[in-house]
Amino acid sequence: MAVEKTVKITDPTGVHARPATVLVNKAGSFAADTTVEYNGKSVNLKSIMGVMSLGIPKDSEIKITADGSDEQEALDALIEVIKKEGLGE
Amino acid sequence: MSNISGIAASSGIAIAKVYKLAVPELTFEKTTIDNPEAEIERLNQALEISKNELEVIKENARKSLGDEHAEIFSAHLLVLSDPEMINPIQDKINTEKVNAEAALEDTANMFIDMFKAMDNEYMRERAADIQDVTKRVMAHLLNVTFPDPALIDEEVVIVAEDLTPSDTAQLNKNFVKGFTTNIGGRTSHSAIMARSLEIPAVVGTKSITSDAKKDDLIIVDGIDGDVIINPTEEEITTYKKKQEDFEKQKEIWAQLKDEPTVSADNHHVELVANIGTPDDVAGVINNGGEGVGLYRTEFLYMGKSELPTEDEQFEAYKSVLEQMGDKPVVVRTLDIGGDKELNYLDLPKEMNPFLGFRAIRLCLERDDIFRTQLRALLRASAYGNLKIMFPMIATLDEFRQAKALLLEEKDNLKNDGVDVSDEIEIGIMVEIPSTAVIARQFAKEVDFFSIGTNDLIQYTMAADRMNERVSYLYQPYHPAILNLVNNVIEAAHAEGKWAGMCGEMAGDSIAIPILLGLGLDEFSMSATSILPARTQIKDLSKEELASFKDQLLSMNTADEVEQFIRENTNQ
Repeated sequence: MAVEKTVKITDPTGVHARPATVLVNKAGSFAADTTVEYNGKSVNLKSIMGVMSLGIPKDSEIKITADGSDEQEALDALIEVIKKEGLGE
Repeated sequence: MSNISGIAASSGIAIAKVYKLAVPELTFEKTTIDNPEAEIERLNQALEISKNELEVIKENARKSLGDEHAEIFSAHLLVLSDPEMINPIQDKINTEKVNAEAALEDTANMFIDMFKAMDNEYMRERAADIQDVTKRVMAHLLNVTFPDPALIDEEVVIVAEDLTPSDTAQLNKNFVKGFTTNIGGRTSHSAIMARSLEIPAVVGTKSITSDAKKDDLIIVDGIDGDVIINPTEEEITTYKKKQEDFEKQKEIWAQLKDEPTVSADNHHVELVANIGTPDDVAGVINNGGEGVGLYRTEFLYMGKSELPTEDEQFEAYKSVLEQMGDKPVVVRTLDIGGDKELNYLDLPKEMNPFLGFRAIRLCLERDDIFRTQLRALLRASAYGNLKIMFPMIATLDEFRQAKALLLEEKDNLKNDGVDVSDEIEIGIMVEIPSTAVIARQFAKEVDFFSIGTNDLIQYTMAADRMNERVSYLYQPYHPAILNLVNNVIEAAHAEGKWAGMCGEMAGDSIAIPILLGLGLDEFSMSATSILPARTQIKDLSKEELASFKDQLLSMNTADEVEQFIRENTNQ
């Protein structure tokens, strides 16, 4: 059973390279499959190219999902990164 | 031996072997392979070596430039471990039986095209990152050396077409003694970086990459802008002497870094710097600048496809103000037109662009552009000691209009509850003779003057400074210029205001004694000129120089002025 959470991006430049790097590194530290969905398109959150290719701008809503043995921890950690990096809330 | 001249971009002398920084030929043929496993192994090895190199580069960047600059290499590293990137390459090798080079190029190009097609400029620029990383892996697949400034371990002078930010981020000052490039000017990225790293550099040589060969001995004279390839013994001796003299000189200058600028008879003047971007502030601080006398905001508007947003501008202004603390920062509002064009504004070509629709003239008509900048500045004012000046003011009415717009936006922001400083001084650039002549009237309304001599001279002498055939008329010491400058300073002081100067003239060793004698309050120059100027002023008597004033103002020619100053200041 996968877990998911929707967040709103507030960073003026959207999801740009630096925070995307931190996010992808964090996702890579969990066993669970993680994805980010924006504008009807879902990509692997362990892929920097995938995340960057979404071109997520300010004020957009994105959905993070995690599916696997440590899914809840993974989801919590990713949301934490988004807040800490000032990406969104 | 051969001598080449270019633009002196960063002072000092470097003597070392040539290290050519050029991306090697990365051509290959697409071939069919019969052992995909071996091919994938070859790919993985190239990826591994590339990652190890990037780790070293990242660490070096972190040490020399800080975490912020190093982060880009973390992103590069992630690309090389990205399943979305690596899996398709391996799939291609497995199913299409193509060599690793072809599989890598196809996959990378797919991503590059995708990023280039995005409608967000930031994302489009990321295509260059993927290209960067791919080249490195490709070089290892082809077994050619990918030149790497981070991996240099002997003393060299770097020779390149131009240096990118990622190249300069990796320069290790212990080994890289200097650099020289084909393109660029004093304000190009590489020149600015050279000055902040204090590495001697000569840019804009046009042909150095074809003139110099790997391992040639080369001298880079960043003081006079000369480059000498395979110098004679005699030349080496001469330049070693010049190098020693420069080092000694620098030590003397450095003693004054944290000192105020005071003349021999104890009069204080302010030595401040001209900057173009927030990155230049480090150089201002390192060179003991007492503030920023001219922040050219044009760079925010140039090299782009659209106008910078209010937030983008706010971040830049705020960064400069915060870095400077309580020291003054004079920001010049947009000075575009003339020799500086913006493609996306689509302005019609003019017969006389220097006399045409530019700077404040453009801003007052396109007040949408102007208001955005003013709002960004006002918001940033809460973070430091901001002063705003308007360029190309020809009439009092222009100043009043510009000031009214500023105050209007200030009220708007305050009504929205935004924090705006109430201490912002509002001044003008004096670069049009009409304004210099009636400076008395202006002085009642402005908070300060900053004399922009580059334009003031060309307008007063009616000589286009881009036209080499009339360049003899560009005479900063011409008595007409000195009279105008004096008029502006006297007008300011009569109303209890201050007068500064932000053209090349303010850092000139002949002009400094003249200006000190005329009573100039603030001298704004390139950061690296500050310590030499402070050293010079320490030995000058302001009162003695002031006593020459009437004599200087009534001289007949610029030559007379120059000769008089040389004789009376031991130059």
